[in-house]
Amino acid sequence: MSAKSAVTEFPVPAIDQVGVQERAAKFTKRSIKNEAKLAGLKMAVSMMDLTTLEGADSPGKIAQLCRKARQPMAERYDCPPVAAVCVYPSMVAETKRHLAGTKLGIASVATGFPSGQYPLEIRLDDVRDAVAQGATEIDMVISRGTFLSGGFETVRDEIVAVKEACGDAHLKVIFETGELQTYDNVRLASQIAMEADADFIKTSTGKVSPAATLPVTLVMLEAVRDFYYATGKKIGVKPAGGIRTAKEALQYLVMVKETLGDDWLTPDLFRFGASSLLRDVEFQIAKMVDGNYQGGDYFSLG
Amino acid sequence: MTDAKKQTTPALSFGKAWDYAPAPETTPVPLQKSYDLFIDGDFVKPKSGKSFWSINPATGKRLARIAQASEADVDRAVKAARKAYEGAWGKMPASERGKYLFRIARMIQEKARELAILESMDGGKPIKESRDIDLPLVAAHFFHYAGWADKLDYAFPGRKPQSLGVAGQVIPWNFPLLMAAWKIAPALACGNTVVIKPAETTSISILHLAQIFQDAGLPDGVVNIVTGAGDVGAALVEHPDVDKVAFTGSTEVGKKIAAAVAGTKKKLTLELGGKAANIVFEDAPIDQAVEGIINGIYFNQGHVCCAGSRLLVQEGIHDEIIRKLRDRIQTIRVGDPLDKNTDIGAINSKEQLQRICELVDSGVEEGAELVQPSSCELPSEGYWFKPSFFTGVTPSHRIAREEIFGPVLSVLTFRTPEEAIERANNTCYGLSAGIWTDKGSKIFKLANQLKAGVIWANTFNQFDPTSPFGGYQESGFGREGGRHGLAAYLK
Repeated sequence: MSAKSAVTEFPVPAIDQVGVQERAAKFTKRSIKNEAKLAGLKMAVSMMDLTTLEGADSPGKIAQLCRKARQPMAERYDCPPVAAVCVYPSMVAETKRHLAGTKLGIASVATGFPSGQYPLEIRLDDVRDAVAQGATEIDMVISRGTFLSGGFETVRDEIVAVKEACGDAHLKVIFETGELQTYDNVRLASQIAMEADADFIKTSTGKVSPAATLPVTLVMLEAVRDFYYATGKKIGVKPAGGIRTAKEALQYLVMVKETLGDDWLTPDLFRFGASSLLRDVEFQIAKMVDGNYQGGDYFSLG
Repeated sequence: MTDAKKQTTPALSFGKAWDYAPAPETTPVPLQKSYDLFIDGDFVKPKSGKSFWSINPATGKRLARIAQASEADVDRAVKAARKAYEGAWGKMPASERGKYLFRIARMIQEKARELAILESMDGGKPIKESRDIDLPLVAAHFFHYAGWADKLDYAFPGRKPQSLGVAGQVIPWNFPLLMAAWKIAPALACGNTVVIKPAETTSISILHLAQIFQDAGLPDGVVNIVTGAGDVGAALVEHPDVDKVAFTGSTEVGKKIAAAVAGTKKKLTLELGGKAANIVFEDAPIDQAVEGIINGIYFNQGHVCCAGSRLLVQEGIHDEIIRKLRDRIQTIRVGDPLDKNTDIGAINSKEQLQRICELVDSGVEEGAELVQPSSCELPSEGYWFKPSFFTGVTPSHRIAREEIFGPVLSVLTFRTPEEAIERANNTCYGLSAGIWTDKGSKIFKLANQLKAGVIWANTFNQFDPTSPFGGYQESGFGREGGRHGLAAYLK
């Protein structure tokens, strides 16, 4: 797959599995202490797409989540709001209502999330509908079956079509890396999505295991770097699913900082897709501010 | 010199948007004010009564006094080793020898953290490396050879392997404890006794290892440690009652030792310098290759005999690789070896820093372009050198031929595999090489034609006690590690 791939304008280099895993593991050796830790944790909160993607989601649940998103912790902790709330299309209008007057993004999964196994027109309607109801960010899924059977052009054309359907809404393209399986596939999918005008590339739906991992995210960050070198365009990256601890979040931030540099340390270019991460980050922020851990009952549900 | 930041736009910015707070290693260590010789199971004063300072290269300040051995002390140590060889150790069943080695290996693991800190304080290497690489490998070497002790007949079927006697060993300052393990563990496993001399700038950690030998109940005289400079090493290798000489260090000293040992009954193994070619093809996994280049040259401040110090890049990807290296060196953290986030620590000594500077100056004078990170601030005290690389290097530059032994890479290019082999082999050394390509057949073709003792494919600087290590040509002879490493200590 090295040098030129037939579907992409720019070369897609090979990925060595052992090497990329070894490199990713090195980021976990950084020791983040004191003021750097507190700043990192607050940055992680500001980059969070607070997510609920359950069949049981209801207006009440959305109200609860949006309140938490706007103010995750008591005022004295000086904790920023999250970046966006991420929901199913049917919950977009409700989310918009609760986030009115804030700068928080309204992210909606669409395109037949999580499988994407629906006719293209239905998937596009799904997007248009979510945008019409107020979604400012669309998290689409690619057709993994099509990708794995070699239909790279189809995958690209579908992303282009979804992007068009998005209008002004930001497009995040989910690869479901757990189904693409190889790092080479992830690197190629990243290149296809970026060339098809994605604003963000995202690892996973959270419905398939493994979801986000450090090495798979590193492959995507490196693809983003090469695309930036080649075109000057800054693409965002969103690992999603499986990131549950503050420690892991800091490891991702270390990796972003040392791979793409300062410019990517912003919610505009890096997001965490997470439902349970916020809770552990809250625990750790409170520990740093108050000097001791507190029981779970002292933290509000999201 | 050019600034690594000065490059074609769009450029990445590696500033201080989110800077890491200091993360110093704080475990207390039992550093002594002075250290004696270790002879016949005891710590003893040198006959001369003299001593010298060991310096912390990260501060340039004095760390501890080290006993200065004389010829008489070396003679005392060799006699103790001979007595132990003819006594308790020589008569001991092999399985019992193995038990001692297993016990030592376990005790090293227990004391790994304090040994790692001492190693970083005395030698300048980052705690991240002494903690995660040096010490685990030290223990692994003792474990590996402990297992061989009672299986020597199976290592060399059809022979009845016999120990040699007293081994005189001289080790360098770049991996003080690890080199001690590489030398001591196989020697003891094979039933020999040892007199070993560490480098004068890094004597402390091996003397703490001596305490472990004592605590493990290793019989007196099995391992003896004499500290001092080159004259002590010379006295050791020239001692008439030494049966085997093993040396790791510079090619220059290696040649002197070879001359001194010539015409004697002594067996000799030498592990000397290197100028390894790290060859990157257009079809390589580029980002992993960049990491391999970084690890190949900046690991342990570049104080590595098998460092990938000559980068051979296929012309078509030269600019891409250089651009990525320019960005990558911006994120390397140089500073306090005891900070857990430090990637490059202090240069081991003033003398070594002078040698690096001299060779780097020659590179600039001869017309190569020096690239260093723009934002790297070095501490005001101690011995430091920024991670650096030269572009526009040709095979006739001094920086392409001589071992710099510092964090300085020379970048050359090639067009075809044949040219890569020709350029890689155009050196008086032959210790290691690296090959980066996604094509398996190319790896095997090149590996067969490269004159190097160790060849890594799509990785670099990986060490394991099961894998033999050693060189061709002026990189020395003999192998250390694995089954092959036993042969040097047996007849």
